[in-house]
Amino acid sequence: MSGLEADGESRRGFLKCMTWAGTGLVWTVAGGVPASIGLEAAAATTRAAPFSFVQVSDSHIGFAKPFNPDARNTYREAIAKIAAMPKKPDFIIHTGDVSQLSKDDQFDDADQIIKTVGVPVFHIPGEHDVLDEGQGKAFLARYGKGTKGAGWYSFNHGGVHFVALVNVVNLKAGGLGSLGPEQLAWLKDDLAAHGPSTPIVVFAHIPLWALYPDWGWATEESAQALALLSRFGSVTVLNGHIHQVQQKVEGRVAFYTARSTAFPQASPGAPGMTPGPMAVPADKLRGVLGVREVSFVARNHTLPVVDQTLA
Amino acid sequence: MSRLRLAACAAAVAMLGFGAIGVALAADPAVTAVDIDNFTFSPPTITVASGTTVKWTNDDDIPHTVRAVDGSFHSKAMDTSDSYAFTFTKPGVYSYFCSLHPKMVGKVVVK
Repeated sequence: MSGLEADGESRRGFLKCMTWAGTGLVWTVAGGVPASIGLEAAAATTRAAPFSFVQVSDSHIGFAKPFNPDARNTYREAIAKIAAMPKKPDFIIHTGDVSQLSKDDQFDDADQIIKTVGVPVFHIPGEHDVLDEGQGKAFLARYGKGTKGAGWYSFNHGGVHFVALVNVVNLKAGGLGSLGPEQLAWLKDDLAAHGPSTPIVVFAHIPLWALYPDWGWATEESAQALALLSRFGSVTVLNGHIHQVQQKVEGRVAFYTARSTAFPQASPGAPGMTPGPMAVPADKLRGVLGVREVSFVARNHTLPVVDQTLA
Repeated sequence: MSRLRLAACAAAVAMLGFGAIGVALAADPAVTAVDIDNFTFSPPTITVASGTTVKWTNDDDIPHTVRAVDGSFHSKAMDTSDSYAFTFTKPGVYSYFCSLHPKMVGKVVVK
């Protein structure tokens, strides 16, 4: 990962990986150390207070197979884990596939469960969430207040600019995830208001990089979206859809996909596997489901990400 | 009418009747099945006569849909064991895909 910053100040970046016995994995990337106290004192930027939020994904309420007879139960466990965090997150982001089949009772149950944390929740749809007659209208009616088009929007929190993208509608035969020209135009406009030192967090359901196009694990216009993000000093992209953690760093953009709270999927291109649900022995299930806590600490160029499994 | 003549008439009527039923059977629309499993439509391309009903059945462990590229047909989401049928009345080539997993594609050729 490049440690040199465009502002000319040299920085050292380093990657630390620690494993907590049994309960989770920590990746910490520390962005840098100010060159001298003098520089730090002279810095004009205000330090934002640290905060954290949680990403959950792919709850698939309505999913029921022998190895997970009710996705509601594992979702409850995941949400209980969030509620039990020593410091409550400021909010939760759900990166889509809230429901299995876009049914009202599935959305209702998901909402009831996540409500128990008592913090705001930001949603974007997965492809399983736009299966109603109106092809997404049910999701928008529930979660789309203040959003544009198929449900994209942005907001600011603690000095960080959050961008919610929808890449699961108007999909073309043989194609990948799709942002569409209207959303890309909006994104360009939306980002224009922010200077390069504003940390950006982008979230979308389908991976925004060419993770595994053969299985549809990619977005058609990701290069265009990333070009719009390239001038920013810190970009974190959070995706779902693939039900496992994969990560990639490209310049100053860190990409992370998330675990599901319902079922795992195979590693990209695993021989003999499909992109669908991967059955696991009952005692292994909770080790492959989980949630993610993301922290913002001022002056770090990348956000510490803590992935926790259910067991 | 003499008994013999009555019998001949009855036989003639019966033959006509059977003939009519025979014609009706030939005109019944055929049903062609497409199986959905392992993220694949099988067979991926089928050729049918105009008036045929095609029935897709989802045997996969994840929901799928069937959507025509030209918009002429679009199923609801099919869970495991659900099916969707569409009757093709106009000749043509109908490409379709799964709107949940657009890499899954198939074709119905209607003659």
